[in-house]
Amino acid sequence: MTASTIKLDSTAEDHHIARMAAVALGLAVLENAIPSPLPGVKPGLANIVTLIVLARYGWRVAAWVSLLRVVAGSLLFGNFLAPGFFLSLSGAALSLIVLAAAQHLPSRWFGPVSHSIYAAFAHIAGQMAVVYLWLIPHAGIAYLIPIFAGAALVFGTVNGLIAARFMNLKSQPP
Amino acid sequence: MNWHELFRADILPHLKSGDWLTLLFGGIGVVLLALTLWSGELADRAIIRSGGKIFREVPLSRDQQIAVPGPLGTSIVTIEKRRARISSDPSPRQYCVRQGWLQQAGEVAVCLPNEVSVELTGSRKKYDSLNY
Repeated sequence: MTASTIKLDSTAEDHHIARMAAVALGLAVLENAIPSPLPGVKPGLANIVTLIVLARYGWRVAAWVSLLRVVAGSLLFGNFLAPGFFLSLSGAALSLIVLAAAQHLPSRWFGPVSHSIYAAFAHIAGQMAVVYLWLIPHAGIAYLIPIFAGAALVFGTVNGLIAARFMNLKSQPP
Repeated sequence: MNWHELFRADILPHLKSGDWLTLLFGGIGVVLLALTLWSGELADRAIIRSGGKIFREVPLSRDQQIAVPGPLGTSIVTIEKRRARISSDPSPRQYCVRQGWLQQAGEVAVCLPNEVSVELTGSRKKYDSLNY
């Protein structure tokens, strides 16, 4: 009996998506090492990759990279199908939905910083929805919303600036 | 490189007018959220009165049932998920029971013949649902 091999045909685009997702994963691991004052307040550095991919290769590729990062990240951190995984997934999914709309904003006036801020707000909204509807169905979590929204605004702006600066460096080499 | 240089060289060029607008509205949104959610409008205590006197004052953070005696019999006050209601009362018309859950500071349910009432208060006293 001969050993059968399963060969998956992968395109150059698949490899590219995998590489981008790996970079996002690296940033997610890096960020996990940063202590956070409040559980749930994280910079979301991996979203820098999503923003750059969105600007360069469009929404479809960005969605692949973002969702692959969530699934692979949960396997890496050991919380696949645990509450933390669904928090990441709902945040990423709502961010992608908002980015699908935000990418059509006129690029003359709106850059990656706007995309990043909208995505950050969507991310925290998706997470709070899961927290309220499933994990902690208690009106008391409303007190945390302003803190999370403030963090989303700050980190969204910073991530957007990093993404914009990175793309600027790449497009006009010194 | 100092902060001023960083701002001029690395931050300003990446912010277009729409981005400033997004930042502005985002900031206003966060401030409004903080003002509405942290203003103490959400009630945090329930004052239970019987016969015009304060029978008990309880925090809404702990779920519980409280039996309140009145001239007609016992009214049951239920505290659950930061809300309060009168879940049973011997009064004939049951207005206070049918009023349902109270959640905002200033909301009041009064069971008249039994002289039992529940009032919610926040961190500061505002208008209640009886005086406008």
